[in-house]
Amino acid sequence: MAGESHPIRAYGDRRDDGVIQLSFTLPVPLSDKAKEAARQFCTRLGLLDVKVAAAEPAADNYTFFVVYGRADVSLDYSSIDVPEIVFRKLGFDELNKLIEDRVARRVVVLGACTGTDTHTVGIDAILNMKGYAGDYGLERYPWFEAYNLGSQVPNEELIRKAEEQKADAILVSQVVTQRDVHKDNGRQFIDVAKAHGLKGKTILLLGGPRVDHKLAMELGFDAGFGPGTKPSDVANYIVHALLKKMGKEPEDLHFEGEPA
Amino acid sequence: MPGPFVDDARVAQARGIASQVIEPVFDLIRRHTTISVERTVLRLFGMSDAGPGGIPLTNLMTDRLKAAGVLNRGAAYWYARALQLGAASPLDAVERIAALPAGKLAPLSAEMEGNLRAEVRREAEAAVDELRRRIDERDALRREYPMSPAPHRYVIVATGNIYDDVDQARAAAQAGADIIAVIRSTAQSLLDYVPHGATSEGYGGTYATQENFRIMREALDAESRRLKRYIQLTNYSSGLCMAEIAFAAAWEKLDMLLNDAMYGILFRDINMRRTFIDQYFSRRICALAGIIINTGEDNYITTADAYDAAHTVIASQFINEAFAKRAGLQDWQLGLGHSYEIDPHRPETLLLELSQAMLIRRCFPDAPLKYMPPTKHKETDIFFSHAYDVMADLVAIWTRQGIQLLGMMTEAMHTPLLGDRYVALKSAGYIHRAARGIDEEFVVREDGKIANRARFVFGKAMELLEECRQDGLVAAIGQGRFGDVKRSETGGKGLEGVMEKSPDYFNPFLDILEGR
Repeated sequence: MAGESHPIRAYGDRRDDGVIQLSFTLPVPLSDKAKEAARQFCTRLGLLDVKVAAAEPAADNYTFFVVYGRADVSLDYSSIDVPEIVFRKLGFDELNKLIEDRVARRVVVLGACTGTDTHTVGIDAILNMKGYAGDYGLERYPWFEAYNLGSQVPNEELIRKAEEQKADAILVSQVVTQRDVHKDNGRQFIDVAKAHGLKGKTILLLGGPRVDHKLAMELGFDAGFGPGTKPSDVANYIVHALLKKMGKEPEDLHFEGEPA
Repeated sequence: MPGPFVDDARVAQARGIASQVIEPVFDLIRRHTTISVERTVLRLFGMSDAGPGGIPLTNLMTDRLKAAGVLNRGAAYWYARALQLGAASPLDAVERIAALPAGKLAPLSAEMEGNLRAEVRREAEAAVDELRRRIDERDALRREYPMSPAPHRYVIVATGNIYDDVDQARAAAQAGADIIAVIRSTAQSLLDYVPHGATSEGYGGTYATQENFRIMREALDAESRRLKRYIQLTNYSSGLCMAEIAFAAAWEKLDMLLNDAMYGILFRDINMRRTFIDQYFSRRICALAGIIINTGEDNYITTADAYDAAHTVIASQFINEAFAKRAGLQDWQLGLGHSYEIDPHRPETLLLELSQAMLIRRCFPDAPLKYMPPTKHKETDIFFSHAYDVMADLVAIWTRQGIQLLGMMTEAMHTPLLGDRYVALKSAGYIHRAARGIDEEFVVREDGKIANRARFVFGKAMELLEECRQDGLVAAIGQGRFGDVKRSETGGKGLEGVMEKSPDYFNPFLDILEGR
């Protein structure tokens, strides 16, 4: 594909029709004026042929809209730069086998929802036996030794326990994001990790509904995992990162589903 | 009623075992009090202000009494002594108590002691009468503007700022919500005091304070009158201040409270003894105030697997019911919790969910029940999630849930947008309207998958109840039987606030609430 241009547009029901749908609320009562405001709002977003498909009174002074329009945006797909996948994502058995063969010991992972955050839903989805959306959690992998410390765990305690267990990777989950508490807490975790000399040594991961890889990197983590992440995504990342640290895989190896 | 599934005698047997399970816990409850129960006593006397640094006066006074080693006689007793010393106000009472050298207050003659107690008992009766008067006002408004038929649609607001919460709550009511829950600020359950005043900053929610309760109830009263439909308000009586929150909620005319006999132990690591004692006093207040409690069994199946742990929900509901009945609550006040949480990738989950909800309805025919939406397996594909939530709406109307917390299609991403709440309310309204009465049209075959699954789950619940009776509730919790979480009797937060009552312990409110 390299070198050859590959223009794409949004696909509604015909190639290059550019149709997209969106929904939003405006803080005004439902009226013809409100509908016109929604139409102009979408025009300002750059949409053409804007159709306000639904305008509903979400409350006395709020109107909920469903809108269709055409986006006259074309991308050259060949210019999208994402590292090429060398390694496809491994399934449960394959990944266990890879650990057995190449790491040759169980991979130790500790995770917690740290700080004041009480929500275990994220860390449970990744670590607990059951997993998430039919994808097994790390506890289920015989070649992972996974510890879920739950919620409201101080960063210091997570780090201390990780040192005790000689963890290969530490997972920090942050669900609550009000006033950017997840960022502050993430930074504080990294400060503690640095003080204990774990940065660069242990794989440090951040996850949560408002987390992405870029944010995690900015805060000093090795990787970040956002909404929709499955346990197998995290498991694959940890094994490859560990093999890279062990010098058993090249630094520039890329794999399917890696955080980007 | 969708089905018998199990004999009446077996259901009665489960109920009987549950009441035996909680009996040993009541020995503990009778013999002990806690610092938060004593703070609640002071609040019932009208001590609601905060002192220097925003510390509630109730905390200043009970901390002082506890440090002096005399709180186990009851805060009411020391409040009486402060009045006898001439205290003119609650703050003055605290200052007078604080000024006394520890243990140096001279004992009174038996006659003076008797008079003092009688006087304070009268004051307590007057305080309870005033509380009842306020509850009557709430109930009059409820009669004037009847609620929509059940399931009552319950939605959450959680901005952190009570004034923004008010805007969102009013919008939700206008869109069809029947119950507004104001989610508490993260970790408030671990605070050993109730914050004071109106608050505009919180993390993941808004602090539960008496003033915030007042502000929200006032707004919803206005909205109820405007919509000619009573809008209920709920909050969280859990954590280290169960009874104080129950009092503040009762006083400010809330309609419901999340209040579970074991939730704090399991999910907030609050000490077991502390929770059992606190829940009892808090439930006594709810019983008086006509507050519907919501229990938290739905949480078990967000940690444990919903299919495998279905029986733990049923067993816990019988236990929660037994605790509630002992605290004077009536069936109509028991919003026993459960949820639609079985992994949707399994086959036949609608049958399994119907089975579980029908079994619970069958075991607790007169309780409103509180049905929670899927959360654990919610996907970021909001269109799938919306369809998933709608199935829970169908099960809710089919099994006549009294209270249904509506799922939000964007649950896996963020706190609900205003538009998400609207969409959830609109679709729930449609399903409830469309399928009302469906339970009377379809008889569930007794030899089918739904009934067989219900019998199986009930059988396992009976085994767990039997285990709790034989080994004790404490041991069962210690073995992680509920929610896969293990807790020990002396572990967790707040044990230091538990005290054995002295022989002359005095708590006129407990006497009144227990009907003595």
